[in-house]
Order: sequence, then C-alpha cells, then structure tokens
Amino acid sequence: MALLEVRNLRTTFKTEDGVVTAVNGLSFSLDAGQTLGIVGESGSGKSVTSLSIMRLIDRPGRIESGEIFFDGRDLLKLRDEEMRHVRGHRIAMIFQDPMTSLNPVLTIGEQIAEVVRLHLGRNHREARDTAIEMLRKVRIPSPEKRVDDYPHQFSGGMRQRAMIAMALSCNPQLLIADEPTTALDVTIQAQVLELMNELQRETGAAIILITHDLGVVAETCKDVLVMYGGNMVEYGSAQQIFAEPRMPYTQGLLASLPRLDAPANARLTPIPGQPPNLHRMPPGCAFAPRCSYRLERCDQIVPVTDLGHGHLARCWRCTENLQAAGAAR
Amino acid sequence: MSDEKLLEVTDLKKYFPVSAGVFGRHVADVKAVDGVSFTVRKGETLGLVGESGSGKTTIGRLVLKLLPATSGTIRFEGRDISDISARQTRTLRRRMQIIFQDPYGSLNPRMTIGEIVSEPLAIHGIAKGKARQERTVELLRMVGLQSSHLNRYPNEFSGGQRQRVGIARALAVEPQFIVCDEPVSALDVSIQAQVLNLLEDLRERLGLTYLFISHDLSVVRHISTRVAVLYLGKIFEVADRSALYEHPLHPYTQALLAAIPVPNPEMQSTQKRVLLSGDVPTAMAPPSGCRFHPRCPFAFERCSVEEPAMRDVGGGHMVACHAVENGTIQ
Repeated sequence: MALLEVRNLRTTFKTEDGVVTAVNGLSFSLDAGQTLGIVGESGSGKSVTSLSIMRLIDRPGRIESGEIFFDGRDLLKLRDEEMRHVRGHRIAMIFQDPMTSLNPVLTIGEQIAEVVRLHLGRNHREARDTAIEMLRKVRIPSPEKRVDDYPHQFSGGMRQRAMIAMALSCNPQLLIADEPTTALDVTIQAQVLELMNELQRETGAAIILITHDLGVVAETCKDVLVMYGGNMVEYGSAQQIFAEPRMPYTQGLLASLPRLDAPANARLTPIPGQPPNLHRMPPGCAFAPRCSYRLERCDQIVPVTDLGHGHLARCWRCTENLQAAGAAR
Repeated sequence: MSDEKLLEVTDLKKYFPVSAGVFGRHVADVKAVDGVSFTVRKGETLGLVGESGSGKTTIGRLVLKLLPATSGTIRFEGRDISDISARQTRTLRRRMQIIFQDPYGSLNPRMTIGEIVSEPLAIHGIAKGKARQERTVELLRMVGLQSSHLNRYPNEFSGGQRQRVGIARALAVEPQFIVCDEPVSALDVSIQAQVLNLLEDLRERLGLTYLFISHDLSVVRHISTRVAVLYLGKIFEVADRSALYEHPLHPYTQALLAAIPVPNPEMQSTQKRVLLSGDVPTAMAPPSGCRFHPRCPFAFERCSVEEPAMRDVGGGHMVACHAVENGTIQ
C-alpha cells in the first residue's frame, strides 16, 4: 500500500478578482522510502500541494475537494488535534527560508527539544540530549555548545541543517522539503543535498522535494512529478523525465536551460509566451496556449496517458515523437 | 571583439564601516571589495560569478558610480572616472547603464510602462514630444513588447515582461556598456531563456558590452566570453570561458563547478563531488593569507601567511593560488 495517496486534490484561493484554483484535481501516490521531486515554475501549484498535504492552507485558501490518504487514513477527515499529532511527528516539513521559519527568540536547542517533548513525550533533559544528537547528525560543529545559540548566530546553511535536524527529530515517515536549498549558495546547497540523501538512506523516510531546479531533482530524486497550471502534466522516473520527456512542457523546460553538459555557445530554446494567469486559465490543457504542437482538442480536458513503466503524461500527443517532428518542421 | 579596453578597474576597494555603541564608534570594516582588478574589452561579456558576500553586486555599483569607492581607479573609455563630479557622472550614465535583478522592485508601480521607458530620454534631454513617443515605442519593440503596453502599469506584467521593461529603460540612452546584475535570477526557467536570448541579440545588434553579474555558473557560461570568479571580495581566477569551465585551476573554481547540480541523472553516478566543508567566512575579518585557505583541500603553510598574487599562467588565464604556482594543481 502506498504511504501517501493524493486523489483529486483541489485547492482554491478567494481573491478580490474571484476564486483562483491553485491545485486543480491533482492525484499521485508515494511509497514508503520513495524520493519524489515535484518540479514546477511559480504558480504551478507545487507549494500549495505540500501545504494542502500538511493541512496548512488558511483562509482565504480552502481545500475544496479530494482525499489525502496517509498511512491508510484520510488526513482531510482528521480532527485538528489528530492532525497536530501527524504534523511534525509523522510528516515533517522543511521550508525554503530557514530564517523566517525558525523562532528568533528561542535557541536552536529549545526549538528542536520542543518538538521532541511534544511528540515523543520526552522530559526536558532527554529532549535536550536528543537536540544535541540531532545537531551532531546534521554535522553542526560542537553541537553541545551550538545547541544554546540563537538562529541569528547560525549561517544560512547551518540554519537549514538545524531545520533538517528538527524535522527528522521524531523520525517522520514522510519529509516534505519545499525549495530547501533555493536560498543557499551552490557550495552550501551541495552540502545540504548530500546530507539529505544520506539521512534518507539512514532513516528510510519518504521525501517529497519541491523545487524549480531540475538539477537538484536529478541529483536527489528517483521519481519526478512535473506540475503546470495546478496539475500534473508528467510523471515518471528521473531517467524517463530527463532522457525521454513526453510532454511538450517538460521538453521545453529542458531545452530552455543553460546547462554545463551542453556546448557553451548553443542557443537556448525558450518556451514562448508567459506562464498561465490563474485568473484566466485555459479551458483544456493549461500549456496549450504556449505549445507548438497544439491540436483543437487540447482546448478540452486532457486525460492522463499511461506510457508504461510508470511513465504518465497529460498530453494527446505524448505517444508521438514530437521532438523529431519539431526538428523536421 | 576588439582588444580595446572599454573598462579598466585597478585595485578597487570598498569598505563599509561598522559602528557600535552609543557614540557610533567605528569598530571594523566590512571589506566587501578588497583590491580587485580586471578589464572589460569592447564588445565582450565579462561574467562575474561568486556566492553571496563575494562582492559582485558591489563591484557593479562601484563601476557605475552608484557607490563611492574607498580606493582604486576605474577607467572607462580610457578616462579615469574615479573622482569625477556629480555632473560628469550624469553624462557618464548615457554611456553606461544597469539592469537590476528584481523586476518587481526596480520599476515604479505608479508610473506607466511608457513613462518608465521614456524618463531617461527626458532626463538626458534626448528627445521631446513626438520623437520621444516614437523612440519609446521603438524601444519597447526592441525588447519584444508592443505599443499597446505603453499605458499599462508594471503590476499588469509578469516577471519576464517587467525585466524587458527594465532592459528597454537601460537601452533608452543608447549606452555602450551595461552592468547586468543577476538579470534572470528572479525569473522562471522557461522565461530565463527568453531574456538571455534577448540580451544576446541586443548585444550583437547594438554592439553592447556587458558586465554580467550572477551566482549561476550555468547562466554565466552560456552568456560570457570571459569569466572572473570572486570570493570574499577578491578575484581568484579570470579566464576565457572555455578555459575556465574546461580547465579550472583555482581549487575554489573547481569546487564551485563540481557543486552545480546537473539536470542529467546519468551523470550523477559517475560524477565525483568535491564537497567544500564549512561556510564562507565573514568579510569583516577575512582569513589571513589566502582567504580561501580554511576551506581549501590543497592548502599548505604558505597559504595561511601569504596572500597569493594574480599570475598569468598563459593565454590570459589568470589565477591567484600558491598551489597552482607550485604545480600541485595543473
């Protein structure tokens, strides 16, 4: 049985200009120990998906419909206090900006210990020991001293490692990391990703890594879900997504990247047009207005095609060899 | 590209004073730029890469005279512009311009696109009335926008379109030289490529010279002809693009390149990672000797005592490293 199963999730936000649908009927599942990358650009709904799973959507946002089964239970049907027990204990989350997600007036140690006391019922002494142990695990130097530091005394990379320590302190089954390295420099990012990979192997927690950076996904995730305009447009193993993308958006994304493994003076192929405006979503495929392979029926709701070996794509033309067709034109 | 030097920066320094206590006693300096020298040739794109705190943005501001330098000289088109008057600085701005990182914060929300793009024309008295209007439309077309956008406000535009407005504004005075300060960092991947292509086309068409500041090594490799690597206010290595990316010499450049995640799962398993330990030290008290030595896998005694000088190792490939000098790294 899958550890997490999201079915038909629909999350909307009320705005002055009407209701926008940030996530529009998303379904996917995740097995225990799996590492899934959710990739998408701004407005694709990737962060709202993670907040929906954590049930952290607040007004004016609302989870309209859908089911989120975690370990057999529908999270959307849990009472608030039951959900509080799941959050932080069974499912933990790391946010992009470690400065605003840590409390500036509590020491790092107090913040980790609080989680442990709350969820595992440890006493003060034990909780502090756990905090030190966790800081050591994420390789904070002299953790028995740094445990009494405040967040501002940590560098950006250390803060993010402290966040990871806090998230993993209760041995969660699922870790959701929302752009965990976006605010970090590349050399620090490499350290943090390496650490996450290592801890994942050690603890066996499933990870959902949400990012806009395709390189980060390729380095850390076995499977990839590509989102566009509030829904999944392609799903597959990292191998499938990066080597044989079938959805024109995924292909376009990969072609528009300046990459170190391509000739330096190769001209980039951008995706024409602008990302969709959530207030004026196209009726069918959200990518249709920017797609060079658009058909008339793309303006109606497009179903997901199973391409075999777990590779899914939401595109009428995903079985055709579009890149060859595009090159021939 | 010619060998003509458009910009020549020598031993440029910028210290920001740090004060403490009730009397604002001067206690230390943040050495944001600490003795940097480089040249930009006419028609080329010099990429300036570095992590946060390396001083790359400050260098851009110093060159444009948006910030006064602590010491050092800046020569532009052969003329020393280090100590020019405010009035002369204004004329200089017709020759050199800047494109900012944040397309949301750098456009006045109360001005229409037309007003934003035509403002430089008015300030510098370049065009009036109908001519100004025509020139504004021409500028918008140049960056891929339309005349129908003239009377709209920045909030009606996406990030990529706003960045195009910023580019049109910079181009209004027909500059020779543009400092591009992280111009695509705030944009989505699919839009990044549009703006990068636009910058390249404009450079070719208008014969522009760019100083391209970025933390993103893939972007810099794509757009630059030469690249300078910065660390804590110092340049560690300068070389032609191919030399720098294919034969990086400085251990920091090597580590930086190895740290970039490549969107190719097959490459990951074979790739050997040089992981740097530790964090970037503070620019208030940079380490002695070579400021990279505490994190450097090749450091030896000399590195902590003596600061390495920039040396040409052939073909204009400059590097400041004792280990390279000793032949430890080839």
